[in-house]
Amino acid sequence: MYETIYHRPSSVDEAAALFAKGSEAKYLSGGHTLIPVMKQRLASPSDVIDLGKIKELIGIDVSVDAVTIKAATTHYDVAMNGPAQKAIPALAHLASLIGDPAVRHRGTIGGSIANNDPAADYPSAVLALGATVKTNKRSISADDFFKGLFTTALADGEIITQVSFPIPAKAGYSKFPHPASRFALTGVFVVKTKSGDVRVAATGASQSGVMRVPAIEAALKANWSAGALDSVKISADGLMSDLHGSSDYRANLIKVMAQRAVTAAG
Amino acid sequence: MSTVKLTVNGKAVSAEVEDRTLLVHLLREHLNLTGTHVGCDTSQCGACVVHIDGKAVKSCTVLAGQAAGSSVTTIEGISKGDELHPMQAAFRDNHGLQCGYCTPGMIMSAIDIVNRYGGKLDEDTVRHELEGNICRCTGYHNIVKSVLDAAGRMKVAQAAE
Repeated sequence: MYETIYHRPSSVDEAAALFAKGSEAKYLSGGHTLIPVMKQRLASPSDVIDLGKIKELIGIDVSVDAVTIKAATTHYDVAMNGPAQKAIPALAHLASLIGDPAVRHRGTIGGSIANNDPAADYPSAVLALGATVKTNKRSISADDFFKGLFTTALADGEIITQVSFPIPAKAGYSKFPHPASRFALTGVFVVKTKSGDVRVAATGASQSGVMRVPAIEAALKANWSAGALDSVKISADGLMSDLHGSSDYRANLIKVMAQRAVTAAG
Repeated sequence: MSTVKLTVNGKAVSAEVEDRTLLVHLLREHLNLTGTHVGCDTSQCGACVVHIDGKAVKSCTVLAGQAAGSSVTTIEGISKGDELHPMQAAFRDNHGLQCGYCTPGMIMSAIDIVNRYGGKLDEDTVRHELEGNICRCTGYHNIVKSVLDAAGRMKVAQAAE
């Protein structure tokens, strides 16, 4: 790891001010992506600004309409939160599948979506549930937030403060985990909103990161059942192909994971 | 360089380290607590697991500065003098280790698992929860046996306190 300067601000405003002062500063939340990348010398931030201990960034609030998770809340805390489990079981379930227990004790929702790894779990929930990402500057809808591999709508220095998930009528998540890393080889989040709309997002599959799956959405809107997807054909165009799975394999996984997610959603 | 102050195994410690120092290196190289191992150095194998404020974490993926102000427990901090922690005793009695390299991390993860699940542990849960700890000798069979055995012993020890 190259040399760096570690900062631990106690507020979002202080963090943003420190970022502006650094020549090439980076925010650190749980650190379970940034620190490995720094160890490989693929990132060499001049300053590391730790958001993980900022009190206003930690906590979960569940109302009648939404589950709001502050950005530095860990995966473990989301997975174990009683009211969140009850309001959107699929979201707590997703959090319980990320990495392993020690990773879940550190990794955070804000870090995950700000990084937007194409195989991360959370982006699929944010996109399928139509969540709103709030930052220290504005609110961004899920449809406008993800911009491709490791790219988001966040401006330089902007900090995610919370993510607000509308409570759906039904939701389910199923992933085929990479056997070593536990990242999604493909993961699919299916949602039926309270107004009857259907939104489906797949992670780990596309070359351009998390994506909606219109063919599955249309089939589920007509008939919300796993069987309704039997005849759906997913195109392999634009899907990732690597030693873990070809694009055809991933195309099939999208369908199979969607079917399992619908079954889980009930 | 920064001064990092934290509690390690119940004792207040202070160390002058570079900001890029990882917690595992603070423990091993500055505090000479070499029981915590570095295996893969990529947050996968779990040999470096310690507890920060009671939760199992991979100390190769935490900056020393992030642990400032926290209470860290390592494998050296769990026995009571010569009396092994029930998890250590269960690993010894059940032959839960062969080369021993992964054992400190296994034991710290295992204590965390028992703390979280209490008496509701079964074999499937232990196997699933140990997915962040890799052992290349035992085939896991006796590790799982050790954790289940220790879960019972820890319950008895807690009841006695």
